[in-house]
Amino acid sequence: MSTTSAGLESRRRTKAGIGPLDYSRRLWIRLVLIGTFLFLYAPIVTLIAFSFNDSRRNIVWRGFTMKYYEKALNNDGLIEAFVNSLTIAFVSTIVSVILGAMVAILLWRFRFPGQAPYEGTVMLPIVIPEICMGVAMLAFFARIGWPAGLPWPLNLGSIIIAHISFSFPFVAVVVRARLAGFNRELEEAARDLGASQWQTFRDVMIPYMRPGLVAGGLLAFTLSLDDFVITFFTSGPDTVTFPVKVYSMVRFSVTPEVNAASTVLIIVTVLLTAIALWLQNRTQPKDM
Amino acid sequence: METWRRNPLVFWIFLVPPTIWLAAFFLVPLGLIWVFSFGEKRGLVDIEITWSLANYVRALEPLYLQIIAKSLWMAGLTTAICLVVAFPVVFAISFAPPRWKPILLLLVILPFWTNLLIRTYALIAVLRTRGYINFTLEWFWDGGNQILTAVGLGDLQLLGASFQPLQLLYNNTAVVFGLVYVHLPFMVLPLYASMERLDKSMIEASLDLGASQARTFFSVVAPLAKPGIVSGLIITFIPAMGSFLTPNLLGGTDSQMIANVIERQFKSANDWPFGAALSFLLMYATFGALAMRSLLARGSPGTEHGA
Repeated sequence: MSTTSAGLESRRRTKAGIGPLDYSRRLWIRLVLIGTFLFLYAPIVTLIAFSFNDSRRNIVWRGFTMKYYEKALNNDGLIEAFVNSLTIAFVSTIVSVILGAMVAILLWRFRFPGQAPYEGTVMLPIVIPEICMGVAMLAFFARIGWPAGLPWPLNLGSIIIAHISFSFPFVAVVVRARLAGFNRELEEAARDLGASQWQTFRDVMIPYMRPGLVAGGLLAFTLSLDDFVITFFTSGPDTVTFPVKVYSMVRFSVTPEVNAASTVLIIVTVLLTAIALWLQNRTQPKDM
Repeated sequence: METWRRNPLVFWIFLVPPTIWLAAFFLVPLGLIWVFSFGEKRGLVDIEITWSLANYVRALEPLYLQIIAKSLWMAGLTTAICLVVAFPVVFAISFAPPRWKPILLLLVILPFWTNLLIRTYALIAVLRTRGYINFTLEWFWDGGNQILTAVGLGDLQLLGASFQPLQLLYNNTAVVFGLVYVHLPFMVLPLYASMERLDKSMIEASLDLGASQARTFFSVVAPLAKPGIVSGLIITFIPAMGSFLTPNLLGGTDSQMIANVIERQFKSANDWPFGAALSFLLMYATFGALAMRSLLARGSPGTEHGA
C-alpha cells in the first residue's frame, strides 16, 4: 500500500517537486498573483507616498514634507466640504440604522402576503445603477420644489434623504444576518417571565442585535462618506461634500493637496470598514 | 417566523416607517423619471407628459445605439479580462496554505474599501503624460540613449530625437484599464467562494486518470465552479455597464458610456425626458442581467441562493 502511494506520489511530482495540486506554488500563478497585487496597490501606495513629497511636480521624490496636509487643512472649501460630509454621514447613519433595523425585524419575524415582492423592492436601491438613482433624486427634488438656500445644516436635507434611501437596505441586510442566529426561545422566556412586548424588545432583542446595528451603522457611515455619483446629482453650489470637492479638484489638476486630502479619506474609510467587518465576524453565528 | 395576524400592531409598527420612506424617497423619484421618459421637453424646464415612445425610439438612433453598443462592449471586455485575471488569483488563494488564505483574500478586498473617486484619481497620476509610467519609460529612453552614445551610436538617434510620451489617458484603453482596476474584487470573491466549495479530490481524480491540467480545468473545474463564474460575470458586468466616474475621468470624447450620456441630458443638455428614457433602458438591462443570473443559477446543482 505504502509503496503504491509513494510511487504515485513520485510519478505525480514534477522535477521542481511541485505536486499537481500545488497551484499556489506554480511560478506563473505566483507571477499573476504578484502582478495583480502590484496593479491593485501601486497606484494607491504612490498616491499616499507622494502626498508627503516635497515637490509640486509630484513625480520625483524630493524629500518628506507635511506641508500639503497643512495646505489642505487651510483650504476652507475643503474643510467645509469635509464638515458637510461628516454631518450628512452622521444624520443619514442614525436614520438608516433605525429604518434598516425595522426592515430586518419585519422580514425576519413575520410572514405576510406579498413578502417576496416586498423584500425585492426594499433591496432595489442596492442593485439599481447609481446614475439612475442620482438622476431620479435630481428630478424628484426639482419637481417637488425642495427649498434652496436654507441655512446650514438644513440645506443638506436633500443629500441626507438621498443617502438614507440607498443606505438603509444595506443596514437591513447586515442586521438580518445577525438576527438569523437569534434564539427565539429567549424572547419566549422573557414573555413567560412577565415582560411586556416592549420590555422584551428593549432588554432582549436590542442587546442581541447591537453588534449588527453597530456594523450596519458603520457601513452606512462609510457608504455616505464615500458616495460621489448620487451626491453629485443632489448637491448644489453651497452644499459641496468632500468627494464632490475632490472631484472638482481632480478635474482641475493633479496636485499634492488632493493626494493629502485623499489619504485622509482613505484612512478614515478603511478604518471604519475594518471595525465594521471585525464586529460582524466576531458576532456572526458559527454555523453561517 | 409567525404570521403577521398574530401580532398585527407590532407588524404595522415595523412595516409603516420604512415602507413610507421607501415609497416617498425612492419609488416616487423612480416613478417620476419613468413618467418623464414618456414626456416631451417644452421650453427650458417644462415637461409635458405625452405618453409617446419618442424618447425610446430616439435611443435607437445610430449615435446613441453606438454609445449603448460601446458601453456593452467595454463592460463585456472588462468582465472578460477580470475573469481571465481572477482565475489564477483564485487558484493561488484557494490552494495556498490555510494560514495565508485570509491575508491574501483581504489584500484583494482592501482596495475595494477605498473611495472609487480616489482610486480613479490614483490611476490618472499613473497614466497621464507626465505620470509614473511615462516617467519610467523616459528614464529607460535616457538610459538607452546614454548607452548608445557610449558605444558611439549617439548621433544616429536610433531612439528618436526626443522622448515621446505615450498617450495613455483619455482613450478607451484607459477606461477599460480603470474598469478592470475597480471591478476585479467583484469577480474574485464569488469565484473564490465556489472554488472553496469545490471538492478538491475531483481535480486530483481527473489528473490521476490522465487528463491534462488544461482538460481538467475546462471539463472539471469550470463546470463545478459554474455558479461562481456566472455570479462573478454578472455582478462585474452590471456595475461596469453603469459606470459614470471611470469613463468621465479617464475617457476621452469618444469613450463616453451610457451613464455619461444620461448625466449630460440631466445637467448640460437639459433634456430630462430623453435622459430618463436612457436611465430606464439601463435599468431594464440591469434587471435582465439579474434575471439571467437566477435563471442560470437554477439550472446548476449545488447553488446557494442569495449570495
